[in-house]
Amino acid sequence: MRKPVARRYDTFLNMANDTNQFDVGYVAHLARLHLSDSEKQKISAQLKDTLAYVAKLNELDVSKVEPTAHATPLANVLRRDEVRPSIDRATILKNAPEQARDLFIVPKIVE
Amino acid sequence: MSLHTLTIHQLREKLRRGNVSAREATQSLLDRIQSVDGKLKAYLWLDAEDALAQADAIDRSGIAKNGKLLGGVPVAIKDVINVEGQPCTCASKILKGHTSVYDAFVVQRLREAGAILLGRTNMDEFAMGSSTENSSWGITHNPWDLERIPGGSSGGSAAAVAADEAFAALGSDTGGSIRQPASLCGCVGFKPTYGRVSRYGLVAFASSLDQVGPFTKDVADGALMLRVLAGHDPHDTTSVPQPVPDYTAGLGKGVKGLRIGLPKEYFIDGMDREVEAAVRAAIKKLQDLGAEIVEISLPHTDYAVAVYYLIATAEASANLARFDGVRYGARVTGEDVIDMYGKTRGAGFGPEVKRRIILGTYALSAGYHDAYYVRAQKVRTLIRQDFEKAFERCDVIVTPTSPEVAFRIGEKTDDPLKMYLCDIFTISVNLAGICGVSLPCGFTNDPRLPIGLQVLGKPFGEETVLGVAHAYEQATEWHKARPNL
Repeated sequence: MRKPVARRYDTFLNMANDTNQFDVGYVAHLARLHLSDSEKQKISAQLKDTLAYVAKLNELDVSKVEPTAHATPLANVLRRDEVRPSIDRATILKNAPEQARDLFIVPKIVE
Repeated sequence: MSLHTLTIHQLREKLRRGNVSAREATQSLLDRIQSVDGKLKAYLWLDAEDALAQADAIDRSGIAKNGKLLGGVPVAIKDVINVEGQPCTCASKILKGHTSVYDAFVVQRLREAGAILLGRTNMDEFAMGSSTENSSWGITHNPWDLERIPGGSSGGSAAAVAADEAFAALGSDTGGSIRQPASLCGCVGFKPTYGRVSRYGLVAFASSLDQVGPFTKDVADGALMLRVLAGHDPHDTTSVPQPVPDYTAGLGKGVKGLRIGLPKEYFIDGMDREVEAAVRAAIKKLQDLGAEIVEISLPHTDYAVAVYYLIATAEASANLARFDGVRYGARVTGEDVIDMYGKTRGAGFGPEVKRRIILGTYALSAGYHDAYYVRAQKVRTLIRQDFEKAFERCDVIVTPTSPEVAFRIGEKTDDPLKMYLCDIFTISVNLAGICGVSLPCGFTNDPRLPIGLQVLGKPFGEETVLGVAHAYEQATEWHKARPNL
């Protein structure tokens, strides 16, 4: 059984800023990514190094700097809301792992 | 005379005159691939019959003989760009068996220009890596030394062009994935300005950094390919509606009076001595050709790798959320839908992709978003401003492409951070959104391995960059060297 998300989130916040206790299991759950125990151990150790490395960004005073989200010179690119042809359903469904009656089939979501 | 050794402009001349057919050009590559790709493994997929059928259609239509820029020229495509009817797996198990249902914008452009879509080249899974060792389908070998990596992530494209297995290839560059492998394999790799080439149909890694570009055997071919690829596409709202100059017509103007900036932060301790010597010699050559050398500073260079690995992984963790086993690719069943997602992704993604999804998810998660992601975006602003200030004093910037030459297979696989530092000279370019090229500028002595020179330009400064690269290339012989295979 997976731990309830709320409790895991508390644990997560309690280890705030302590990258030594990076809770890889909780982050993996957020990412919907199943990891084995050995993967968790390895990634945890490697990310500890990476996070220690990126901590060098704290050396800079960025209090008066605006963030850059992208480098394009454009803003608010708009187009008309028009109906246009797109790739047909049958073609797209060819790559589906499971399909029936023109639909993607997934496990039951709502009881 | 073997056709596979020609450049595009040499081949086009023969095609135009009718001395050679598109079928013969294609067959020459198929023969070459047959004889050397067993050693290199640059290609993941190739359908000889289909390639020859495309060539025949072009021969019948007379396209090869008319003015079409790439009429009858086969081009290889990195496995991250969709070509309708061909597989597209991003070298990942999670997309095993996936067939593209549409053409990327750049592929439409290649088709319109008369190119033949030859095959799919190997890469690091989802373009995450600097050695192509992260491919789920096996390692690609450097044509200059089979025990070494070709660079990455577009290692298959670089190796294919360097080994005369393709006249040109497409790659993608998020932090150096075109320029670094071009440097390590000894060919020309061009990363256009962000927004110059549409990303429609390129499987997204980090959307604010990704850009498609060409691998070619010389700079003139790079200009030709860029002319075909560049332009506005309404399907990609970050593509810029700015006229595309005739990049080929701009070549040959020389570098007289141009100001070339040398950033002092790019000539660092720990750089391979032979790399530094070759790049210094190239700078001297440009000076001899009439360029003025200006010392500049990019003071936030040291922070670029850290900024990149937060922004790129954050964007990747969001982009890769779509691989969940619902609409395409592999699926592993689970007890419920959440369990299915987790198991599908756990089985489908390789170690580096998992590592980056975890880092990116962490950097975006509540409580850490401001400390990591937003801070990185702010330092990104400082890096952009560094370049803006530098370009007030110079027309282009020249640096080494990589601090080292091709390393041995397996040398860095256990140390992700060491691998990330391979991109130290290429990453800032993507953060700033500017353009750049890597071209050959020498070899190490023993073993003999290619060294790359990087020329960087202002946003939409492709013409100037190509002009400088072309002037250097025409004054040297490095681009004519070929590996013994």
